Amino acid sequence: MSILSLDNVSKSFGALKVTDAVSFDVPQGQALGIIGPNGAGKSTLFNLITGNLVSDEGRIDFDGQDVTRVPAMKRVAAGVGRSFQIPQPFEKLTVFENLLVAATHGRAASEAEVLEPCADVLRRTGLLPKANSPAGTLSLLERKRLELARAMATGPKLLLLDEIAGGLTEAECRSLVQTIRDIHAEGVTIIWIEHVLHALNAVVERLLVLDFGRVIGIGDPKEIMDSREVREIYLGIEV
Amino acid sequence: MIWLDTILQGVLLGGLYALFAAGLSLVFGIMRLVNLAHGDLIVFGAYMILIVVSVLGLHPFLAALVAAPVMFVFGWVLQKAVLNRTLGDDILPPLLVTFGLSIVLQNGLLEGFSADSQRISMGALETASVSVGPISAGVLPLMTFASAILVIVALNQLFYRTAIGRAFRATSDDPVTASLMGIRPDRVFATATAIAMLVVTIAALYLGTRANFDPNVGPARLIYAFEAVIIGGLGSLWGTLAGGIIIGVAQTLGAAINPEWQILAGHVAFLLVLLIRPRGLFPRGH
Repeated sequence: MSILSLDNVSKSFGALKVTDAVSFDVPQGQALGIIGPNGAGKSTLFNLITGNLVSDEGRIDFDGQDVTRVPAMKRVAAGVGRSFQIPQPFEKLTVFENLLVAATHGRAASEAEVLEPCADVLRRTGLLPKANSPAGTLSLLERKRLELARAMATGPKLLLLDEIAGGLTEAECRSLVQTIRDIHAEGVTIIWIEHVLHALNAVVERLLVLDFGRVIGIGDPKEIMDSREVREIYLGIEV
Repeated sequence: MIWLDTILQGVLLGGLYALFAAGLSLVFGIMRLVNLAHGDLIVFGAYMILIVVSVLGLHPFLAALVAAPVMFVFGWVLQKAVLNRTLGDDILPPLLVTFGLSIVLQNGLLEGFSADSQRISMGALETASVSVGPISAGVLPLMTFASAILVIVALNQLFYRTAIGRAFRATSDDPVTASLMGIRPDRVFATATAIAMLVVTIAALYLGTRANFDPNVGPARLIYAFEAVIIGGLGSLWGTLAGGIIIGVAQTLGAAINPEWQILAGHVAFLLVLLIRPRGLFPRGH
């Protein structure tokens, strides 16, 4: 059964078609990677799935419901969690408060109900020592971890990760990948946009290639990476 | 000793100005909305308390308790139905709309209550005072000041110790990201304005009992509130109290030198602080 399904979804900004008749399904529990050159419309696609943008055409179904016109806050409650490419923590709130805000509103739960799940997310994302630091004081890796933690705190069925491994050192990247694998192993469906391909390939089971807003390939990661079209367009290699 | 007495009166007056300013500061801090009708809303609250006092014959304190929930709901609806529509990247729409609201409130009150000045009577409490040695202070000004402290302590507790306070701070930080966490900024803003209206009710109680008021005194109260907020540094409630005290002390000192200098001295103190500390005494956001 698909947890997310896009059917002919299009979005234009003025004359520029950023998402062009995109259709794909994500089965429950799968980890899907999305790659594509800069400006291919990857983040726009995420914005359409989270409800930050509303599509001009097409239909988006999440968890058996048509969510095409459902506002962002209701999609969070339905189970769409998202991390940002550029971390956007609530800087004046502490790390733990960031999670509490996400958890109480994202799950429509009381503070008492979310304390334990939030502490658990802190432990799993390695942020426990920073729990009471204002989020504005965190390092880049910690901010990326907070992005992941905050998305997790909303109790998502579908987790959207936007270039979460970008700008990290090799060791930092490895530990983050392990955390994401653990989350995936628990049954959370993941869609991950990433330029750091080895990190992506360590987790995803399926790969989607986007170029000029169109899906130009979707399938087994190895086959996709080996295909001539993808190598030409995405990697810029003359074959 | 007369100077010490004058300064004490100024400090206590500062408590009243801090009450005027606290609601303004709360709303600005959370949604960057400058409410030009804030002074008129205080006057509106004073008339509401006056009605309850004269119709139900209640003591003003009880009347304020009756008026508070009405003002709370009024603030919620005002924000949800009107002010939320003005919020955005452009700062002009909220200014224009609250300016219009100010005119509507003034003229509505003029229509309903005439231009005659009114006063909420506190009976014997109005003249009661306590003395310590040569210094004496009125009970009502002392209660005003104590209320200002209580309001600020309560608002700080609300901000930093409760779930709704976290939602306030998160939304103030970044409304778009907040909505992705499942927060509904329009409701958070409506709740904030509703809470600001509770503070407005308390300010209205002391405005109405301290001196005469009429439908047109709102804008002057707004100026003191603005000055207190800006002297304190935008967004800091204790700073707002300090700002109120500075204006209050400057006014009573000015009046002690020459009664005509009272208002002028307050504004001069405001300008001096701006010259020395353009961002206020306790700017937030570092």
